[in-house]
Amino acid sequence: MDKDLVQYIFGIADNALILGQRLGELCGHGPSLETDIAMTNISLDLLGQVRSYYQYAAKLMGDDTTEDTIAFLRKEREYKNVLLVEQPNQDFAYSISRQFLFDSYHLLLLEELQNSTDATLSAIAKKSIKEVSYHTRFSSDWIRRLGGGTEESHNRIQEAITHLWAFTDELFHQTDADKTMVSEGIGVDVTKLKDAFYKKVSAVLEESTLETPQLQYFQKGGKQGVHSEHMGYLLADLQYMQRTYPNMNW
Amino acid sequence: MKNWPLWEVFIRSKNGLEHRHCGSLHASDATMALENARDVYTRRMEGVSIWVVPSAQITASNPDDSAELFEPAKDKAYRHPTFYELPDELKHM
Repeated sequence: MDKDLVQYIFGIADNALILGQRLGELCGHGPSLETDIAMTNISLDLLGQVRSYYQYAAKLMGDDTTEDTIAFLRKEREYKNVLLVEQPNQDFAYSISRQFLFDSYHLLLLEELQNSTDATLSAIAKKSIKEVSYHTRFSSDWIRRLGGGTEESHNRIQEAITHLWAFTDELFHQTDADKTMVSEGIGVDVTKLKDAFYKKVSAVLEESTLETPQLQYFQKGGKQGVHSEHMGYLLADLQYMQRTYPNMNW
Repeated sequence: MKNWPLWEVFIRSKNGLEHRHCGSLHASDATMALENARDVYTRRMEGVSIWVVPSAQITASNPDDSAELFEPAKDKAYRHPTFYELPDELKHM
């Protein structure tokens, strides 16, 4: 089994799983019926992508591993998602800002992952890119709308962007597995996406009359499995069924 | 949200067919109405094209006028083109 490849897949797929779970929490709780459906649609898109990645990882790992054991039965430290995606749905401004920041990165990543020498990863990227283009359009439109909306919406979206900004730098950190995969032509060198990301995001913020936060210190840890306190609660929700009723199906 | 205007949604399900009214939704602007329509009404591959129209822009007939508007057509069967033979190749008539 190629351990680095599996870790590399987790590094990409866990982001989609954890963000999908966060968005799923909004099911029935969105600010309007239309937004509720839109957010949970995005959640389902992400979970669909996760399945493709985990099925591939399960094949590489062999034994009794399945997509479900990867999704539901790992320990907190074994999840390699960035801190950004596990941040809670404090209010709609936070949910849509988190989405906007992640989508902007996700699209850049998939554009490059299409060129991976690994045929499976390249195929998943090609399929996902249409979905993620729409996610980016949806979340960017909301940033513009709230930024240019009322004083209240402007202030709240600015607050959320400023708060979540500390989690953006981690998107461009490389793990050891990332470096190995990049050298083999399989992985994407995320450090090269950084400039494009900040340029793209700042342009939308400027259009939305919002300020691009200036920060010196950023949060990190998720990619190493060291998560924020929110992660444990999220996993408790996510894993409850499989832990309580092992192998249950419906 | 209470102030979001209502929009009527029309979906064309297949190339060559006309857009059909399929429902309505709330949105603050046309872009949001299109995105909401995409998410609410085309999740199961129902469409290839979407129109959204502000409901306030639609002028509707008054149900009270139904008698004079529609009933006179009732006994004029000769207006139906049922007496023509249609070629088999012709679909969607």
